[in-house]
Amino acid sequence: MDKNIAGVTIQVNEEGYLTNFQQWNKEIGTALAQEANVDMGARHWDVIIYLQTEFKNDVPLSIRKIGKSGVVDIKEFYQLFPIAPLKTASKIAGIPKPASCI
Amino acid sequence: MNENNGDIKKMMIILSKATLENVYAAFVLANGARMEGIEAEMFFTFFGLEAIHKEKLEHLHIATVGNPAMHMPTLLGGLPGVEALATHMMKKEMERIDMPDVHEFLEILSASGVKLWACKLAMDMFHYKKEDLYEGVDGVLTVGDFYKQGSGVGTHMLFI
Repeated sequence: MDKNIAGVTIQVNEEGYLTNFQQWNKEIGTALAQEANVDMGARHWDVIIYLQTEFKNDVPLSIRKIGKSGVVDIKEFYQLFPIAPLKTASKIAGIPKPASCI
Repeated sequence: MNENNGDIKKMMIILSKATLENVYAAFVLANGARMEGIEAEMFFTFFGLEAIHKEKLEHLHIATVGNPAMHMPTLLGGLPGVEALATHMMKKEMERIDMPDVHEFLEILSASGVKLWACKLAMDMFHYKKEDLYEGVDGVLTVGDFYKQGSGVGTHMLFI
């Protein structure tokens, strides 16, 4: 479905995740973060860039992988994105909802 | 619909067993709650205490006897070494699907903000002291204390 955000129209699924990563840019990311009540800072963007790199390399994401990423530890990850961190961060990053149970 | 639209706000998970499959079920449910933005607290009681006992948590086994889903004759399951072999095989499979071991899982839970409580009655029964437990354990509680922790709208309790 279409979604108007940051002055452009993007395609998202029924849960609000971008369906075409090519449409993502930092302004859209910032606007999606505002919708999720996340105030983006430098550390947030470090995590978002890491998630996008993993997505481009087809690496499935899990909380365990985040903890071993060397980018952020699990405690800080929850501080940056307190509510449903991996889902929220994935939505802001414009990548699909993570499918892992762990 | 009831208050809060029936949203789950907090999961209170009681673990009373130390067989690996039960411990993992409880851990996955607690972690899964946090990953969905739901609070989670765990209460380790009776044999469940072994999952947070420093010297025991690395040596938990799956049950090969009295477990029909193993599809193994009970007599065979009781032979020396069979339980260890089955546990070894399962741990290999778990590593393959990126499942952390018990100690690493406890660290993930603790870092994720899951509260880990030991049951006072079971601690007394097994003669365990707080120092015997994994360092991330938040404290030793009575059942009454644990219920108090779970007060509020949208709390669900689960006994494993």
